[in-house]
Amino acid sequence: MSKLTYERIRANPKFQELVAKRTKMSWLFAAVVLGAYYSFIALVAFAPQVLHVPLGSGRTTWGVIAGVSIVLLCWLLTALYVRRANTEFDAINNEILRESL
Amino acid sequence: MNRLIAALAVPTLLLASAAAYAGPALGEVEKQAMNVPAIAMFLAIVAVTLGITYWAATRTRSAADFYTAGGGITGLQNGLAIAGDYMSAVTLLGLSSMVYAKGFDGFVYTIGFFVGWPIILFLMAERLRNLGKFTFADIASYRLDQTKIRSFAALGSLTVCCFYLITQMVGAGQLIQLLFGLDYVYAVVVVGSLMMIYVTFGGMLATTWVQIIKACLLLGGGTVMLLLALSKFGFSFDTMAARAIEVHKDGIKIMGPGTLLSDPVSAVSLSLGLMFGTAGLPHILMRFFTVADAKAARKSVLYATGVIGYFFMVVCTLGLAAVSIVGTDPQFFEGGKIGGKLIGGGNMPIMHLAKALGGDVMLGFLSAVAFATILAVVAGLVLAGASAVSHDLFANVIMKGRASERAEVRASKIAAMTLGTIAVLLAILFEKQNLVFMVGLTFGVAASANFPVLFLSMFWKGLTTRGALMGGLTGLITAVVLVILGPAVWKTVLGNAQALFPYDQPALFSMPAAFLMAFLVSKMDNSARAVDEAAAFDDQFVRAQTGLGAEGAASH
Repeated sequence: MSKLTYERIRANPKFQELVAKRTKMSWLFAAVVLGAYYSFIALVAFAPQVLHVPLGSGRTTWGVIAGVSIVLLCWLLTALYVRRANTEFDAINNEILRESL
Repeated sequence: MNRLIAALAVPTLLLASAAAYAGPALGEVEKQAMNVPAIAMFLAIVAVTLGITYWAATRTRSAADFYTAGGGITGLQNGLAIAGDYMSAVTLLGLSSMVYAKGFDGFVYTIGFFVGWPIILFLMAERLRNLGKFTFADIASYRLDQTKIRSFAALGSLTVCCFYLITQMVGAGQLIQLLFGLDYVYAVVVVGSLMMIYVTFGGMLATTWVQIIKACLLLGGGTVMLLLALSKFGFSFDTMAARAIEVHKDGIKIMGPGTLLSDPVSAVSLSLGLMFGTAGLPHILMRFFTVADAKAARKSVLYATGVIGYFFMVVCTLGLAAVSIVGTDPQFFEGGKIGGKLIGGGNMPIMHLAKALGGDVMLGFLSAVAFATILAVVAGLVLAGASAVSHDLFANVIMKGRASERAEVRASKIAAMTLGTIAVLLAILFEKQNLVFMVGLTFGVAASANFPVLFLSMFWKGLTTRGALMGGLTGLITAVVLVILGPAVWKTVLGNAQALFPYDQPALFSMPAAFLMAFLVSKMDNSARAVDEAAAFDDQFVRAQTGLGAEGAASH
């Protein structure tokens, strides 16, 4: 690919927009997953008794709920990311590529 | 080539079946009875995968076919294959037995194996696809010195592949010995031969399909077992937990954090190693180059995350079910003493659970699935290791890119055979060794050597060749030295009274060391090369973001 094409893309405001939007979403989602997971690990290490508390009168504990929630959160964010990246962002991306030729 | 496959396949099949029937019994009566359905399914899996290899061999001609199946794998197929590559026998047996023994702690450990996946998607998947070609060294050396960075990346890949391969092969040998009554050496040779046949003849296409079949078997088998297990408790998780609490020696404590992760430093170091180690495993990274574009790469991670997360939760639930079902049944304990030693060792709860839930047929099925699991993982590892040798070291470092495609493919096949042979020999040599440290080493090196170099090369304009090299080497050496000084080697293997480094997992220390060194050395690098490398980042960035100039799918 010629240097000129790359330069033209960099100058395209749509490219700036794409990078800004996608970067924001990826770091935000990564921060949410890391934050949730390390909060969980912090509870395990420093306040394990919290996770021992049972849910109502049953035997299932908040620890189990917290762990399952992390998995569900990961699924949700993964699905949201892929949906937005594969529709909205890919549409902008295709426009950028078309305009660069 | 087809005749060659047939020539190789027939003796292997014969060897496998003959050895399976003639293999010495391990002394327990139960094992003899279970052998028939297990061996039937084992042979069925061998036959199907060899058939696929035959089919794949007719479609594998170019280097791109061999390394990445020509980039023609769909998102769903690749997602299943990633899951098949990642869910090893260790996760099936080890995680379930950890829940069986420790309860909730096993669940916490399991989550650590999982959370790396969304991070890989958010930060790496599309860049990997847009920049990569055959190996992750293609990305790391994109704008840096080809010879130096490729040599280093190949070293990192080979280290990880070899360590991982040995743990998998030793585990495979022991498992097959136990499940099929097959002698350890035969078991290792059978696994080694099959993996070499898949990779050498069928390349990435055969490897991918072996992984897809394995993932489907694992998901199907796991789901059936989950339903059978839940049916024993009126489909109530709470009842299952209540029964487990009644019979477990730790009682109510199993439903919350115990002692396994009570040390925060260990817990964080382990989770860092698992999370970022996953993003530095060469056989996993390679899977991103098998799809057509970034869109398909994202979809692969979506499917992989779904499958892996679901499977891990199933495995944990089965571990909990085993507490009350296996843990109270004398037939699974040596000498029939409940609470004593489990027949076959601590890794067997899920196997015994299969027998308790579905008799010999279920046990035979799960044994065959465990076998398929091992095959899929080792095939992926050998392919990644062979690519590091042929694509990085041979074609680019030694031949400086002047090797013909034929020569490169031939080199990769020779490398696959060599690596496979070495792995078989080492697995035989290490039969009786305690290999726990190798898992720490594998993930430690992947997280501290491969990941920092790969990550910085994609994200930081300022990374220079010197910085990448020094940072990567620092991570590699720190991880290896800390594992050697740690409890698993210094105390357990070398027999010293006290470990010089108190933690089994090095990542918390070795990973920051690698990043820091890469940063400092790059900052101090004033060479003309460094200026060019920084300038080249801008074009790399456009390609990483838009996929312009990325390797396309080959037409067939």
